[in-house]
Amino acid sequence: MSSNSIAQYVLYVVILVGLAVPLGIYMSKIMGGEKTLLSRALGPAERGIYRLLRIDPEEDMGWRKYLASALLFNLFGFLLLFFILLLQGRLPWNPQGLGGLSWHLAFNTAVSFVTNTNWQAYSGEVTLSNFSQAMGLTVQNFVSAASGIAVLYALIRGLVRVKAKGIGNFWQDLTRCTLYILLPICLVSTIVLTSQGVPQSLDGNAYVNLVEPIAADAEGNVLTGADIDPETGTVTLDGEAVEDASIITRQVLPLYPQASQVSMKQLGTNGGGVLGNNSAHPFENPNLLTNLIEMVFLLVIAVGLCFSFGRSLKKMGGMAKGMRQGIAIFLAMLLMMAAAMGIVAVMEQNATPVLAQNGVVDTALGNMEGKETRFGTATSSTWAVWTTCASNGSVNSMHDSYTPIGGMIPMLLMMLGEVVFGGVGCGLYGMIGFVILTVFIAGLMVGRTPEYLGKKIESREMRMAVLLCLATPIAILIGSGVAALLPSTAASLNNPGAHGLSEVLYAYSSAGGNNGSAFAGFNANTPFLNTSIGLVMLFVRFIPMTAAIVIAGGMAAKKKVAESAGTLSTSNGMFVFLLILIVLIIGALSFLPALALGPIAEFTQMLGLG
Amino acid sequence: MKQTVFRAAGLLLVMTVLCGFLYTVVCTGISQVLFPRQANGSVIEINGKTYGSELLAQQFTRPEHLWGRPMNLDVTSFTDGEGNPVMYAWAANKTPAGEEEDALVKERINALLDADPSMEGTPIPADLVTVSGSGLDPEISPEAAAYQVHRIAEARGMSEEAVQAVIDRYTTGRWLGVFGEPRVHVLKVNLALDGILTEEG
Repeated sequence: MSSNSIAQYVLYVVILVGLAVPLGIYMSKIMGGEKTLLSRALGPAERGIYRLLRIDPEEDMGWRKYLASALLFNLFGFLLLFFILLLQGRLPWNPQGLGGLSWHLAFNTAVSFVTNTNWQAYSGEVTLSNFSQAMGLTVQNFVSAASGIAVLYALIRGLVRVKAKGIGNFWQDLTRCTLYILLPICLVSTIVLTSQGVPQSLDGNAYVNLVEPIAADAEGNVLTGADIDPETGTVTLDGEAVEDASIITRQVLPLYPQASQVSMKQLGTNGGGVLGNNSAHPFENPNLLTNLIEMVFLLVIAVGLCFSFGRSLKKMGGMAKGMRQGIAIFLAMLLMMAAAMGIVAVMEQNATPVLAQNGVVDTALGNMEGKETRFGTATSSTWAVWTTCASNGSVNSMHDSYTPIGGMIPMLLMMLGEVVFGGVGCGLYGMIGFVILTVFIAGLMVGRTPEYLGKKIESREMRMAVLLCLATPIAILIGSGVAALLPSTAASLNNPGAHGLSEVLYAYSSAGGNNGSAFAGFNANTPFLNTSIGLVMLFVRFIPMTAAIVIAGGMAAKKKVAESAGTLSTSNGMFVFLLILIVLIIGALSFLPALALGPIAEFTQMLGLG
Repeated sequence: MKQTVFRAAGLLLVMTVLCGFLYTVVCTGISQVLFPRQANGSVIEINGKTYGSELLAQQFTRPEHLWGRPMNLDVTSFTDGEGNPVMYAWAANKTPAGEEEDALVKERINALLDADPSMEGTPIPADLVTVSGSGLDPEISPEAAAYQVHRIAEARGMSEEAVQAVIDRYTTGRWLGVFGEPRVHVLKVNLALDGILTEEG
């Protein structure tokens, strides 16, 4: 690997963390109700929303009411989006003239965006209108992200409050998060993205001339090497005139309000591109500046929330060393991310024997199949790891075309349950589930009642933490197991053999981690796949969310126990090590057999061992 | 409970107006005023005629043109307002360790060597035999451009230095000297070679 590649990897991480720390502190202020620079400007809007809906921002909800509010809000979000997609053909803002979606694709897509997954069984430019993109998907990009952060804050309040009933106000959490955090950042980034070439238009597709016209036969197969006479409209191939050939002289430019949607898809760990090829498409990500913005957005909130967590423990709970708790979790996540980046970097740089062709091809640039020239291997590999650490799922290169092990690592990151930073809010509350599991196991080893942040962990918390940690593995293994048994699934594969199994496994891992990225050759738009992948997404979003709110309610009601010499520290190096170990053990035990049949088998075949 | 239902539905509608309608309209308005060219697809227009978008690749197969990344063309999904088919392209999503890719790479190597047999024995840069992530990557590496200089010069009766000079004009280095990779803009090189794009333009 060249020194430039290493410099890129290191600088990207430094920039990410450098921006995440101040954002984390800002988010902690917003969610804790402190005054900030934007309070004066946006305060009236916030209060106006409360007045309009007769919301009492002072109301402190118990966990049942908080849960009911969150679930109802998401249910209505699903219904609204489902009907927008189904009735697309009759709605305005449709210069593309596209019809409604099938029931199963509408179901899958609505679930996908409400659950912050953004799995896409369609390509936007041939399926969705401006209205569906802006009024449907973008709205869910905002509020599903805000829901995740809201629930995280309910859990933080539960952890710091003593003998309390309430865990906060869902309406207030959601409104504040959207108004003060997501909207202002997206407004600014949209303008910057557009200035660099990301389209922002409501006028529909445009058409431009091609320099070299293309000939195609009646079935639409492109005739390479044909002679085209544009004057007479005749096409000759190998000296013979082709009947019914068409000459294509123009190219389509799929124009949408792209920049506004792309900003939010990145920031809220949503990831659903306006266009099928997502942020690899030059219209979504034209250069290295837009790439840096979009790539930092993949993780900046999720990384920042570790520091918000630490600061809020101190401000809301009076824990003098609260920040160290946040930093411990941050370090555990960072170390796992760095290891993943290292493996993918080496694998993609090494490319494959198929590409090298015994030296006929110069693979100094690495595995360029599915990668853009401007990004190259280093920037693409960084993005691939970050987007699967975050439950984002947008891509700037095609994961289906990664080397066997280079593509396995992103899959594994999703299988771990999206807790290596993970989705906004849900990544950290998932990780807190693993923290509870870790203090429990550590407590068993030394024979003490497990405690976290001065509260006893008892059987109810344990049951919920196990649900949080195991929802993802259960959903992925059952989903992909059933799909692999069905003969019809074979028709959806784009590559045969072990890589085909990887495509199925990746699809359910992506759904099961609420990630949304894909081995995109896999055709997931069938009634069975749309429905089953939709159910997996619902399960892994709302079971952990419910578990986190139940834990919040239980912990809030507890009293504090005094710290003693035997208390297990949850902020030292030993704990960071234990936490990583528990996350990896659960992930590895669950998935090694499946991985051995997919990417690992393909890897051994590639080396000529299989 | 009734109150919760009312607030959940109400807040969703408020958010739809705020984050769906207002956000989109405000962003579109500002963008169309400040950056009309970029907001509408960065079209290359010279003397009233369009020659493509600066951001999207076109397929080049003639020997006198610089070739871009191999393309996975689609001429059936889109039509213009009058029903004529128009070109688009997608990623290939092939595994780089599979037999299909092996056959495709060999085919692309043969096409390059057919066009210029004198390059037999010179390693071909990987980006010339692989499909990009978008399928519409408008650029190639400087090495991939240099590989084609001999063919283009021969087909046009130009000197290799003159061809290389045009390529150099449309070559961009790494951003800030660090990020991404150096690359050559294929369409602009070809428009310049054809005399359509002049040095000022």
